[in-house]
Amino acid sequence: MIHVNTKVNGDDVEFLCDPRETLLDALRDKLGLTGAKEGCGTGDCGACSVTMDGRLVCSCLVLGAEADGKEIDTVEGMAEGENLHILQEKFIEHAALQCGICTPGILVATKNLLEKHPEPTETQVRYWLAGNLCRCTGYDKIIRAVMETAADLRKAS
Amino acid sequence: MAFDETKTEDFKVVGQRVKRPDGVDKVTGKAKFGADAVAPGMLFAAVVRSPHAHAGIVKIDTSKAEALGGVKGVVTRADFATGLTGGDLDVLENVMAGEKALYDGHAVAAVAATSQLIARDAAKLIEVEYEVLPHVTDVDMAMASDAPVIREGAADQSVPEGMHANVVRYHESGHGDIEAGFAEADLVVEDSFKTEATHQGYIEPHACLAQLGGDNKGELWCCTQGHWNVQKLCAAMLGLETSQLRVTASEIGGGFGGKTAVFIEPVALALSRKTNRPVKLVMSRSEVFRATGPTASTSMDIKIGMKKDGTITAGQGTFRLQGGAFPGAPMEFTAMCAFAPYNLQNVKQVGYDVMANRPKQAAYRAPGSPMAAFAVESVIDELCKKLGLDPIEVRLKNASKQGTKASFGPTWDRIGLVETLEAAQSHPHYSAPLKEGQGRGISCGFWFNHGGETSVTLALSEDGTAQLSVGTPDIGGSRASMAQMAAEELGIPYENIRTTIADTATLGYNEVSHGSRVTYASGLATIKAARSAVKILCARAAAKWGIDEDAVVWENGCAKPSGPNAGEFDPLPIDKLTRSMGRTGGPIVGHFEATPEGAGVSFATHIVDAEVDKETGQTKVVRYTVVQDAGKAINPAYVEGQFQGGAAQGIGWALNEEYIYGEDGRLQNSVFLDYRIPVASDLPMIDTVIVEVPNPGHPYGVRGVGETSICPPLAAIANAVSNAAGVRLKELPMSPPRILAALENQAKNG
Repeated sequence: MIHVNTKVNGDDVEFLCDPRETLLDALRDKLGLTGAKEGCGTGDCGACSVTMDGRLVCSCLVLGAEADGKEIDTVEGMAEGENLHILQEKFIEHAALQCGICTPGILVATKNLLEKHPEPTETQVRYWLAGNLCRCTGYDKIIRAVMETAADLRKAS
Repeated sequence: MAFDETKTEDFKVVGQRVKRPDGVDKVTGKAKFGADAVAPGMLFAAVVRSPHAHAGIVKIDTSKAEALGGVKGVVTRADFATGLTGGDLDVLENVMAGEKALYDGHAVAAVAATSQLIARDAAKLIEVEYEVLPHVTDVDMAMASDAPVIREGAADQSVPEGMHANVVRYHESGHGDIEAGFAEADLVVEDSFKTEATHQGYIEPHACLAQLGGDNKGELWCCTQGHWNVQKLCAAMLGLETSQLRVTASEIGGGFGGKTAVFIEPVALALSRKTNRPVKLVMSRSEVFRATGPTASTSMDIKIGMKKDGTITAGQGTFRLQGGAFPGAPMEFTAMCAFAPYNLQNVKQVGYDVMANRPKQAAYRAPGSPMAAFAVESVIDELCKKLGLDPIEVRLKNASKQGTKASFGPTWDRIGLVETLEAAQSHPHYSAPLKEGQGRGISCGFWFNHGGETSVTLALSEDGTAQLSVGTPDIGGSRASMAQMAAEELGIPYENIRTTIADTATLGYNEVSHGSRVTYASGLATIKAARSAVKILCARAAAKWGIDEDAVVWENGCAKPSGPNAGEFDPLPIDKLTRSMGRTGGPIVGHFEATPEGAGVSFATHIVDAEVDKETGQTKVVRYTVVQDAGKAINPAYVEGQFQGGAAQGIGWALNEEYIYGEDGRLQNSVFLDYRIPVASDLPMIDTVIVEVPNPGHPYGVRGVGETSICPPLAAIANAVSNAAGVRLKELPMSPPRILAALENQAKNG
């Protein structure tokens, strides 16, 4: 077992993990953070998306041990207290989710996109989210929610 | 308003784009899906699966696995009920192989251990000795005389004599004289089509948490489209009394029909009983592809005759569906849906249910219908082209209407096909210019929709709010539409209703969330349950005022005297009545239990523009419009979502998705990288038009909307691609190799 010290959503945490366990397993099974989902385990669906030191990763492709000394951010850290992040608000408002299993990963990926590219085109959004599978919506309402969030954030700044 | 009245206007909450009640949980990661539950002392399980398409199971040696530290128990077929017959035996055979493994991925044993890693390691230590048998995976080859027999004696009495033992059911329907019809035609086109199996592709793998003791009392948490069905089947597989197993449906991460069956749930229960510990079992993506239910693959022959003016004189279809190693491919639905959009004097359809060494097919959104539309609508498109006719005009000319005798027997009530065709015709998409290399296709599609057994309870709280318990798992936002309908009836704000998906111990039986039945049947049940609560509220007001119950009406959340003759009383708002309910007769609860049978059928027309790169064979969908009859859209945002989702799945089926089997009978592409469902960069925005032709069988006119949206896309895209490529595509998916082969073939043969 490996002793890992890391920071998740701003909090210092530690856990013991098998060298074969993924960061996704550690988040879900050791830390009880089940917001990130395992849809494939092969990095193809993006349901497990988190950021590690600000970089968007599939947590099923990162070992738990690799989180040592890093800063991990998950969907559970997006809202501030009872105030939802604007992306979360817009997803609800635009009906940009149906079953909701892909939603945490898509929100984490989109937040990361808007931090890096505050003025994305529709094509940019589509290619940025090409690693996040959604089987319910056909992406239409997701794209609209993201584009409107980006526009609102620009207006606010 | 009378309690059995139909309401078609002046809606206050229905028709609004309200925010879904589970929205915050879903966007914050709080919502608990199948794999998100834990229990103290929980074990983790893994399943051992056959690497062979067809093999006798000679011996299973579990000793090495059982000796591994942390392993608590192993189960094989010997740990399940014996003496099952018919459908139950088929389910058990599929859940855990008996004497033979029937497909690559078929479960043969399972193990529970103290961690997921130990369970996986132990699974590798279970030694299975196989006797490999000849196999077949293609539908036409499975019907050929030299095909290996999957299982002797599986055919029912409908199968004509002389067919191969793998043909297990037969269907025939239609009316008129098709030969006379073809003789009347100016042009007859006959062609053959094939479609590969596709998977529903829900992003959440099957997952469950089971607890079953030696006293045969159990609890099961799982992601399913229907937990009463899970309860019934698991009880049979484990030899339990149905009522002793309580099943709770988790949040469900997509189903599309694929979560109407049981796969791992009985296995987790068997392991739990054996170890006396809670057991969690979660499928990997590869297990989902190999061992759950994809759709059937098909081989189809279509012949249609048409006059020069576009009148269809006769239609004939033969539909062969491969549904895996068990009976049940939905060939009768394929046959019945094939010509349903058209008013035909002469029509005949024949279906064959064929077994092969593949996983047992499961329902996939309008099971069987999209393939039929692909074949029939391709031939209609070819006829239109050869006769120089407009494809929408031809469909309007032949469209089914109220009073038309349907191709499979019934006479249509009020239906909305013509309205969808007219809306498509006047949509700017239909007349927009196309660019070089692009083609346009249209298609109609049909689905029956369904009612089914339904129970709903609506309990009023002391503050005048309501708790609504329904039994149909919420796959795509149905808690919102249920709350809207309850709020409409009670005359209280939408936010004052809390909708819960009740478990099997707290509500009467509910059929699965399938057949586009939830908004129709649970919706109808919600309306009726609310009306029964309102009736009690009115009676309480009547008693307070000392007037007749019939002299009280319910308006805007208040009881009121029905008119001046009833007496002069101030309206009594709901919270006044509920605060005193303990003293005026006790709790106020409305409920409804029945099997609604007025599900209205639904039709759609889709328009699609596709661009084909003739050098690479790559296709891009550049514009897409869905027009569909919803009857009445309770929440238009989520109706649009169903339209868009069905279209997107259809695009995947038409262009990319397929089960690829090797010569060894093993599935070659059991991960999302190789089984490519549409990603955001593959798709355009998907425009929608909601047509509302009320269903006479629902108080607000609702028709199911979930499934019809996947019926037209395969055909509409095939027509667009064929127009863009200049060659008719007859096999799905229209992947680049198939398009290049079709172009090459055309160049060779002219």
